[in-house]
Amino acid sequence: MGDYYFHLDHLSVGYNGKAIINDIRIGINKGEIVTLIGPNGAGKSTILKTISRQLEMIEGRVEFDGTELREYSYKDLSCKMAVVLTERMRPELMTCHDVVATGRYPYTGRLGILSREDEAKVDAAMKAVNASELGSRDFNAISDGQRQRVLLARAICQEPDIILLDEPTSFLDIRHKLELLAILRRMAKAENITVIMSLHEIDLAMKVSDRILCIKGDHLFKEGQPDEIFDEEMIRQLYDINNGFFDPLFGSIELPKVGGEAKTLVLSSCGRGVPVYRRLQKANVPFIAGILTENDIDYQLARLLAEDIIMSGVYETLSDEVIQKALCIVDKCDQVIDAGVVIGETNAGIAKILEAARTQGKLEKM
Amino acid sequence: MAADTKIQQNTPTDYHRENAIRRTRWIMVFAILAVLFLVIIILNVNTGNVDISVGRILNILFTRSGDIDEVNIIWRIRMPRILMAAMLGGALALSGFLLQTFFENPIAGPFVLGISSGAKLVVAILMIIVIQRVGRVSSWTLVAGAFVGSLIATGFILLVSRTVKNMAALLVAGVMIGYICSAATEFMITFAEDSNIVNLHGWSQGSFSGMNWGNVQFTAILVGITFVLTFLLSKPISAFQLGEAYAQSMGVNVKRFKVVLILLSSLLSATVTAFAGPISFVGIAVPFLIKRALGTAKPLVVIPATFLGGAVFCMMCDLIARMAFAPTELNISTVTSVFGAPIVIFMLVKRQKNK
Repeated sequence: MGDYYFHLDHLSVGYNGKAIINDIRIGINKGEIVTLIGPNGAGKSTILKTISRQLEMIEGRVEFDGTELREYSYKDLSCKMAVVLTERMRPELMTCHDVVATGRYPYTGRLGILSREDEAKVDAAMKAVNASELGSRDFNAISDGQRQRVLLARAICQEPDIILLDEPTSFLDIRHKLELLAILRRMAKAENITVIMSLHEIDLAMKVSDRILCIKGDHLFKEGQPDEIFDEEMIRQLYDINNGFFDPLFGSIELPKVGGEAKTLVLSSCGRGVPVYRRLQKANVPFIAGILTENDIDYQLARLLAEDIIMSGVYETLSDEVIQKALCIVDKCDQVIDAGVVIGETNAGIAKILEAARTQGKLEKM
Repeated sequence: MAADTKIQQNTPTDYHRENAIRRTRWIMVFAILAVLFLVIIILNVNTGNVDISVGRILNILFTRSGDIDEVNIIWRIRMPRILMAAMLGGALALSGFLLQTFFENPIAGPFVLGISSGAKLVVAILMIIVIQRVGRVSSWTLVAGAFVGSLIATGFILLVSRTVKNMAALLVAGVMIGYICSAATEFMITFAEDSNIVNLHGWSQGSFSGMNWGNVQFTAILVGITFVLTFLLSKPISAFQLGEAYAQSMGVNVKRFKVVLILLSSLLSATVTAFAGPISFVGIAVPFLIKRALGTAKPLVVIPATFLGGAVFCMMCDLIARMAFAPTELNISTVTSVFGAPIVIFMLVKRQKNK
C-alpha cells in the first residue's frame, strides 16, 4: 500500500460482529485532513470508533506508524491518537482548564499531577484554539462553539500524531464552524498532525479536506481529492438527492428549481441576476434567464434555478438569432425583469429586447 | 453578549490564579474537616448515659487509669464505637463516590442501589445458620458474606443497567432490589429461633453499638488497604469522569478498570454492612457535600476528603442516635436519613432544572 502513514486495509466495521461497512481500503499521508462524508447513519461514526478502538474491528487491519492498531497498548495508543467525540459530556465541577489538562493524562505520573512542563503545554494548547480566556470557567456553562474549542485543545495537548473528530461542527453556528476548521487546517499543516473526521457539511468538507471518503450503503462509495470527486452527480447519488442541487464550483447547495411554465424573463449580467433569481425562487415563480454567457456568474446559478436560459457565445456579439429568440420569449412572458444589464458593444442588441418589453408594458427594473 | 464582555476582562493566565485560589480552598476544607473530626470525637467520648468529665476522660485516654467502670465505659464501649463509626462512615461515603463514578451519576450509592441490602441478606443468612450450628461468626466470614451479597446485588443492577439506560429507572430498580432483600431478611429474622434475634434485629436496621477492639483492628486493616488502593486509582477515576470513551482514549483499560471499581466499592460497603448493617444516604450525601465544599470533583482531593467527611458525618449521626432520645437509642439510618434524604431530593430537583 505504498508509503502511507495510516492504512485501512480491507477493513470491515460494525457492531456485535456484524459488519455494516465492508472492505475499506485507503492510505493516508501524515498531516493530511481526511473527511468522511455520507448520509446520516451511513456508519461514519462506526468507522471512527473502530479506528479509535472503541469498537472491535470485524475484519481487516488498521495500521499506522508501522504498527497494527490492536498491537498498541492503550497507553501507547493514547500517546499517538486523540479524539473529539460527539457525545455531550457533562463533567461535574470541572473548569475548562481542568478538561484541557486531562489531555496530559498519558504523560503524568501515578497520581496524575501536572508538572510545570505539562502546565506549559496545556497553556499552549489553549492558546492555539483561542480558549485561554475560558480557562477558569465551568465547562458546563460555556457555549457549544467554545466547548468544541476546549475539547480540541484537550486533544492537542495530548500531543497526538492523529486526531479523530466525530462531527466536530454539529452544534456550531457558521462562525464557529469556520473557526474550528481553520484551526484544524493550521494544525494539520504546521504540526503535521493527521486529522480524520466526519462532517455533515459537504461544502465545508470540500474546502478543508485533502482527501474525502464518501460512505454509502455498505461500502466506501468514492474516495479521492475533493476536486477529483466532487461533482453534482456524485453528490446526488451519495445522498440520494433528486430535489436539490449541489454546485461543485462554489460548494453551494441550492433548493430545486420551481418548475412549470415560466412567465417571467430575467435579463441580467455580471452577477446582478443572482439576488433576483433567489427572490423569484423563494416566491415560487418559475423564470427564464437571459442573455447569459458561460463565463457570467449569473450563469452558474441560472443553470440550477432557471427553467430555461437564453445563451450567447462568450465574447461574441449578440447574434440576430439569439435576439429573435429573446423577443419571442418576451412576447410569451407576462413580466420582464431588468436586473441591471450592462450594455456594451457585444450585447448592444439587448437594448432592442428591453425596448420591446417596455412597449408591451412588461418591463420592471430591479 | 454579556458573557463575551465578561471574558474579555479576563487575562489569559487568569485560570492559574483561579487554580491557586482553589488549592487554598481545598486546604481550608481539609482543615475544617480535621477540626470537626477532633471536636466530634471529644464530644462523642464525652457524651453518654454516664457523665464523665473531660479531665477524667483525657486522663483515662492517655494513662488508662482511673475509676475502673469509667475506664471500661471509655475503652470498652465508647472508643471502639467512635472509631468504627469513623472508619465505616468513611468507607461508606467512599463506596458511594466510586459507584457514582461507575454509573456516571451523582445519585448512585450502595443503599439506594440495593447493594447494602443484598449484603444484609447474606449476612443475616450466615448469622442465623452459622450461629445455630457453630455458635459464633468470625469477622472474616461476615465481611466475606457481605461482599458476596454486595456483588450479587450489584450484578443485578448491572444486568438491569444493560437494558435500562435511564438513571432514574435504574435507581427505582435498585430500591426494589433493596426491598426484596430486606423482606427476605425480615422473614428470616422473624422465623429464626435464637436469643441473637434481638441483636440481629438491631443490626439489620443499622447501628454502631456493640463494637469491640477486634472489630476495630479488622476494619482498620481492611478499610485502610481499600482506601489506599482507591486513592491510587485517582488518576483513572479522573479520566473516567469524562466518560468511558474519553477514558479509553487516554489510555485507561476501561473494562478492567470498571471491574476494579465495582470490587472496591463492594468491599467497602460490604465491610460497613457486615459490622453496622445497612446505613442509608451517607454514600450519596457526603460525596455531594464534599464536592460542593471543595468546588471540584478531582478524585485526588475528593477521595481523602470524602473519607474524612463520611467519618465526621457518621460520628455526628451516631452521637445524635445515642443522645437524642437517651436512654433509647435510634437506628443510625434514622438519623442519616433525616440529614441525607433532603439532600438527595435537593439534588434530584436541581438535576431536573439543569436539563
